[in-house]
Amino acid sequence: MAIQAKELSPQAVEMQGITKRFTQRRRWLIGGPRGKEKRALDDVSLQVESGRITGILGANGSGKSTLIRVLATLLTPDSGTASVFGYDVVSQPGDVRRHINRVSVEASFFKEMSPWENMLYAARLYGSGGQGTRDRVEAMLKRLGLPLDTLDRPMKQLSRGQQQKVAIARSFLTSPSLLLMDEPTTGLDPRSKREVQDLVRSIRRDRAATVLLCTHDLQEAEVLCDRVVVIDQGRVLADGTPPQLIREHGIEHGTLEDAFMRLTGKRLEEDEEKDE
Amino acid sequence: MIGNSLRWEMNAFVGFIERQKNLYRRYWAWEAVWLLYNLVSVLSIGYLASGLSSLGLENSRVNLQQTQLYLLIGALLWTYLSMVFFEVAFAITWERWEGTIEYTFMAPIRRVTHLLGMCAASLLYGMLRAAIIGLALVALFRLDLSGANWPAALAIFAAATLPLLGLGIFTSVLPLLSPEKGEQMAFAVQGVLLLISGVYYPISVLPLPLQVFGVLSPLTYTLDGIRQALLHGRSLAEAVPDIGILLLMGVVLVPASLWCFGRAERRAKRLGLLKRSG
Repeated sequence: MAIQAKELSPQAVEMQGITKRFTQRRRWLIGGPRGKEKRALDDVSLQVESGRITGILGANGSGKSTLIRVLATLLTPDSGTASVFGYDVVSQPGDVRRHINRVSVEASFFKEMSPWENMLYAARLYGSGGQGTRDRVEAMLKRLGLPLDTLDRPMKQLSRGQQQKVAIARSFLTSPSLLLMDEPTTGLDPRSKREVQDLVRSIRRDRAATVLLCTHDLQEAEVLCDRVVVIDQGRVLADGTPPQLIREHGIEHGTLEDAFMRLTGKRLEEDEEKDE
Repeated sequence: MIGNSLRWEMNAFVGFIERQKNLYRRYWAWEAVWLLYNLVSVLSIGYLASGLSSLGLENSRVNLQQTQLYLLIGALLWTYLSMVFFEVAFAITWERWEGTIEYTFMAPIRRVTHLLGMCAASLLYGMLRAAIIGLALVALFRLDLSGANWPAALAIFAAATLPLLGLGIFTSVLPLLSPEKGEQMAFAVQGVLLLISGVYYPISVLPLPLQVFGVLSPLTYTLDGIRQALLHGRSLAEAVPDIGILLLMGVVLVPASLWCFGRAERRAKRLGLLKRSG
């Protein structure tokens, strides 16, 4: 099981000058067009304190997921350094991985396998899976409000909301010190969205883990996060508590959305339309 | 400390076997179809040999029963070898299809545990499927294996495991290098192995350049060695050179393939290829 956050460095995440570029590959034809370069992260520096929920707020394509992937040791940055609880993500990936788990927007499950089989697989990868695992899984799902008869049905038969709850339960099962949540409520119906948000709230209440929550839902960020980092085109634009950001960048009696629009100089929908 | 770490890795190793078992069970309809397809392929080869007599070859110098055995051993072994190769080579592709590749790659385990876990599951499942097909062959054909030397055949079979896994791991690198073309290239490698390894004929009938590739394929020594043991009763002592070559190939191929996989994984993380599904 993962070491609890309190035994670790007080800084859950430290990033210094992280840059990540992606280049579209050139065609093999001689004289073909040059590959286009996109800076997904551009000189990002960031600190995340242990035991808090930090929101990474940005539109689609702003670099949120790239940032999460760098911390999850799934992407190597081109330059800069990043560490999780003092462990470097490039040179000490094994130590980093023991302390993290990730809930992503797409359900990373074997869809024909049941929630139980998927969770047993996860438990095995994180050092458990022996006797008592089934009881722990059942207790976890009960806490998340999932009917127990879903436990042995194929994942593909579960609703998106139920799948997302299983994803969260799976991450809890491994007791991560840092939970990376990449748009965990995107695509959920209002009820499921509310339930997942309640779960994140309960993590904050229990101070069980540090949460890095990537979202483009401004309301969600305002309600759930102790602190919000706004990023756009791979750059950090602002960093503070939601009231602080509203005060410094928004309008009088405004919302986080007002502050976001002022900071990025555009509406969220514009980015989403551009992505489509 | 080392004990804890080993226990952790062993637990994950078991997890991969368990996961594959669950996947085979959940995809049972597909598995049944593949088994039937393999069975039909092997039986077709057997009946093709039986049918040679109706072509007037029974009076020729060709020993039809030996020919049938030769072909059936090749077909059965190819079923096993290609299945294990396929399962290992498609370890990454499978996870891409399912969308779990990032979850597995961010798990706190060594990559060698991941790959060896997949290899172990493939070997066990491959042997089970080959055993089922073998039983069908015994039931449907009059196979005279009275002169077979089983210990020698089994020793070659065991020695072939290492280079086979090495080849599989090497090929599993392809989908890591190219999410778009990797799967196709893996199929192509499997096809080339079928051509050059003497599955249905001795490699001496191939054009010289292909014979060179055949000599480099561990499957050539596996098929030839097992045939010699089963058809001509070659002893264990006589099989030692083939066993030695296979072990040597394994000792080279397995670490080299793991090293290559590590390099490919680092490249995939640098270029962001883990997420892309094609």
